[in-house]
Amino acid sequence: MPDDLSQRVISVVAATQHIAPEKITLDSTFEELGIDSLDGINILFAVENEFNISIPDDAAKAIRSVREMVEGVDKLVSAGSGAKGALAS
Amino acid sequence: MINRRVAVTGIGVISALGPTVAEFWTALAKGRCGIHPLQSVPAGLLRFSSGAEIIDFDPSAHFTGKEINYLDRFAQFAVIAARAAIKDAGIEWTNALRERTAIVTGTCVGGQGTQDEGFFQLYGQKANRLNPLTVPRTMANAGASWISMEHGIRGPVYTISTACSSANHALGHAFWMVRQGAAEMAIAGGSEAPFSMGMLKSWELLRVVSPDTCRPFSKDRHGLILGEGGAMLVLEPLESARSRGANVYAELAGFGMSSDAYHLTQPSAEGAASAMRWALGDAGLAPEQIGYINAHGTGTAANDSTETAAIRSALGSQAEKLLVSSTKSMHGHALGAAGALEAVATVLALARGLVPPTANYLEPDPECDLDVAPNIARHAQLECALSNSFAFGGLNAVLAFRAL
Repeated sequence: MPDDLSQRVISVVAATQHIAPEKITLDSTFEELGIDSLDGINILFAVENEFNISIPDDAAKAIRSVREMVEGVDKLVSAGSGAKGALAS
Repeated sequence: MINRRVAVTGIGVISALGPTVAEFWTALAKGRCGIHPLQSVPAGLLRFSSGAEIIDFDPSAHFTGKEINYLDRFAQFAVIAARAAIKDAGIEWTNALRERTAIVTGTCVGGQGTQDEGFFQLYGQKANRLNPLTVPRTMANAGASWISMEHGIRGPVYTISTACSSANHALGHAFWMVRQGAAEMAIAGGSEAPFSMGMLKSWELLRVVSPDTCRPFSKDRHGLILGEGGAMLVLEPLESARSRGANVYAELAGFGMSSDAYHLTQPSAEGAASAMRWALGDAGLAPEQIGYINAHGTGTAANDSTETAAIRSALGSQAEKLLVSSTKSMHGHALGAAGALEAVATVLALARGLVPPTANYLEPDPECDLDVAPNIARHAQLECALSNSFAFGGLNAVLAFRAL
């Protein structure tokens, strides 16, 4: 997975949840970060905006960690569902 | 049937007069007005230019960033007022008490600010999306639910929305639950945050908002001034309040309701009088025991003359002896929070023997010829007081308090 994408996802999680980015790693689970289902909705919203993608409801429900979020975003961006978020690297 | 006397043992307020009960009361006692030029919307877009806003309110002084995500301004006011009231009452929570405590809140337009902002993005800015927490931020019970979660209160929790009578209906229902033993304690009141462009335009078009300030019962009154804020009261059986050594502000002694069954916006003296009579009857009080009425007193032409006639109808010759004042002249008309702000003003008037004035008063109106304590607070040893709320839609709710 591209580092740039991971960092952008971590930045979004940090900003929406008011957590310092350095406290978040790819292996952080949402549970460890104190992120519940309602927080998750907020994060999905911000991630969709950041990458100009649309995350389907079923996929959204399955995401429980930062890594799963990054993988999901990577897949959607690669599939070309968005243009703004297409990665240069 | 259980019929317990009910005490007010805690009060919390955030309003245009300040973020604490102390500042609220100091302003009321001095007749200081919290109405200022509007700051929440650009000047010049409305026919009126003033409001009783909570200027410089900083949510981060009260909530974490995550909590701010969840809570609309109106819910924040409810939570802040409840924290203050609970602290003031010195409640020592037990598991059993948490299960038997009720929360009843009032609000007229709930999280309309969140909705207004989102709808502007959708329709005005042609965005495809809006805040994903719009639903839980907008719901009218958001404040009640958050208070419940924050303090672990698991008894009856609900919200009443009856426009400008919301908080009085909420307080009245909470009072009855405690009196009848359906709850061992209650936190009740109301909160409101109506300052969005959509809401202000809606009020402008009803032509009831004053272009300058709020002058209840004064001949040259030109309408109401919108306000915002929150107020909560802690209610518990007088006996348990005394046995735990709690400070008792006053007794909440009676509650009366009625509906005009008449008109959406025009008040009816008979409907208002009926609610006052029911409140007196519920409290077992005679008109002669009432020394003060915190009036609905919006400052509109129709309300103030109608309310004057209603007070005469309900209290007879006592109407000529008692003091009436509208504290809306200072904290503005906070809609669903109004009754709660005024309940706090009323219990403090009873507890301190001082009737807050009707501020901004200029000239007597023959149609509003009761003693409305113009501009200067009055010292008075009061036995009992009423607090009136009359809503659009003709829904009236009156609380009766007794000094202890």
